Amino acid sequence: MALLTCRDLCLGYEGKEILHGLNFSVEQGDYLCIVGENGSGKSTLMKTILGLVPSLSGDIEFGDGLVKGKIGYLPQQTDVQRDFPASVREIVLSGCASRMGLRPFYSKADKQLARENIEKMGLTELSKRCYRELSGGQQQRVLLARALCATEKALLLDEPVSGLDPHATEHMYELVKKLNKQDGITIIMISHDLEAALEYSTKVLHIGKNIFFGSKQEYLDRLDKTGFVSGKGGESNG
Amino acid sequence: MADAFDKLYTYITEYEFVQNALIVGVLIALCSSLLGVTLVLKRFSFIGDGLSHVAFGAMTIAAVLKLTNDMPLILAITMISAVLLLRTGKNAKIKGDAAVAMISVSALAIGYLLMNIFSSSSNLSGDVCTTLFGSTSILTLSSTEVWLCIGLSAVVIAVFVLFYNKVFSVTFDEDFARATGVKASLYNLILAVVIAVIIVLAMNLVGSLLISALVIFPALSAMRVFKSFKSVTICSGVLSVFCALLGICIAIVYGTPVGSTIVAVDMGAFAIFTITGKFVGRSAK
Repeated sequence: MALLTCRDLCLGYEGKEILHGLNFSVEQGDYLCIVGENGSGKSTLMKTILGLVPSLSGDIEFGDGLVKGKIGYLPQQTDVQRDFPASVREIVLSGCASRMGLRPFYSKADKQLARENIEKMGLTELSKRCYRELSGGQQQRVLLARALCATEKALLLDEPVSGLDPHATEHMYELVKKLNKQDGITIIMISHDLEAALEYSTKVLHIGKNIFFGSKQEYLDRLDKTGFVSGKGGESNG
Repeated sequence: MADAFDKLYTYITEYEFVQNALIVGVLIALCSSLLGVTLVLKRFSFIGDGLSHVAFGAMTIAAVLKLTNDMPLILAITMISAVLLLRTGKNAKIKGDAAVAMISVSALAIGYLLMNIFSSSSNLSGDVCTTLFGSTSILTLSSTEVWLCIGLSAVVIAVFVLFYNKVFSVTFDEDFARATGVKASLYNLILAVVIAVIIVLAMNLVGSLLISALVIFPALSAMRVFKSFKSVTICSGVLSVFCALLGICIAIVYGTPVGSTIVAVDMGAFAIFTITGKFVGRSAK
């Protein structure tokens, strides 16, 4: 059974349709890249999967032990966060908030989990530092550590490398790859950067006027034959 | 100077109304500063101002209806407005800041209009001034009001402590919190109700115009210097209590209006913290 299945999904805001007829499924251990032009509904799709935006029609089904609310999410950064007075540890711990239920305070297990994820992201030395004083790449790693506290199975990343310098971008991709390969965490990532997306992913979902879903190889074949992706294909043809 | 201290000592030990003012002042300063951190970070600094005008409007309605105990009515109207304002913060047709401004101005206008039409008092502008600036009411508290204030403050502080971690997670990143199954709308609702309670309480102290100062100044000052959410919250609470105490004492000794004096002290503290923050920041780098 697939981890996540979307059937005939129709996306939109306030009744206005952005995208319809979306069918795809994600298996345990997959690395899915979602690509498409600006405004094609990539972020909306992610928010719909997470239940932040209601879908207009169609089904989203979770399986294989994945439940709604147990998915790690790395959102795009907001203005509010950039100057937020909080330590790295506080932010990573907040990833455990959903595990608390009605408990008002964090348990020892929560704190241990946060410590492990801080270490995994190489942030141990920064854990007492203030979030707003960190570099862009470090901030993304903090948010990734927080997302890891909320999940054991799947991570949804919304353009995790936007605004990062080349070195930090590379580092981020490596970290995500490691999580996918070593920890077996399923990755669903929105990306602008088609090349990197194709380098790391195993499956591709292209949304826009044309919808494509399949393995990376199928996508590359189709890209060669038809210049399917308008921007990228146009370049290589012309 | 020694004279002033003597005078203060006598006032505090001998007059019950001074003790009441100090108790109420400290509690309100503490509550408003705790919530202030969240409000400032959520970009809702002006909600204090907006809601206090709503409370002012509600107060005039209570006065027109000649209610002897106007607290429940004011509390109810302010709570409803707070819930509506925080809820429309997200996807509303009228965006957060505009909604706050609209409600605040309307409530103020209606309140003044009602007072003008129905007021039986000969000193209308004096009445309005008192409600807006809270010039004397903290010194004329009844013991029921003091106990009500103590009770409500205890509830506010308890709610804040119990929900502290959730409030942090919702303030820092509402989408993430919601996506990972934290009931963000519930905590927003709790926050709205608590804010309404604080504002109604604070009206007694500084009047409706200066409530924003009580909410935002300690939080902003603390943020200049401290770098984790916990330390900012604690510092903001301590600072606010200190400023309120100092302000009330100065007001008693020199006969200045209580509310404005407290705000002036808060402004001074903000200046000191800004300079300290610059100094600390520079030496760290």
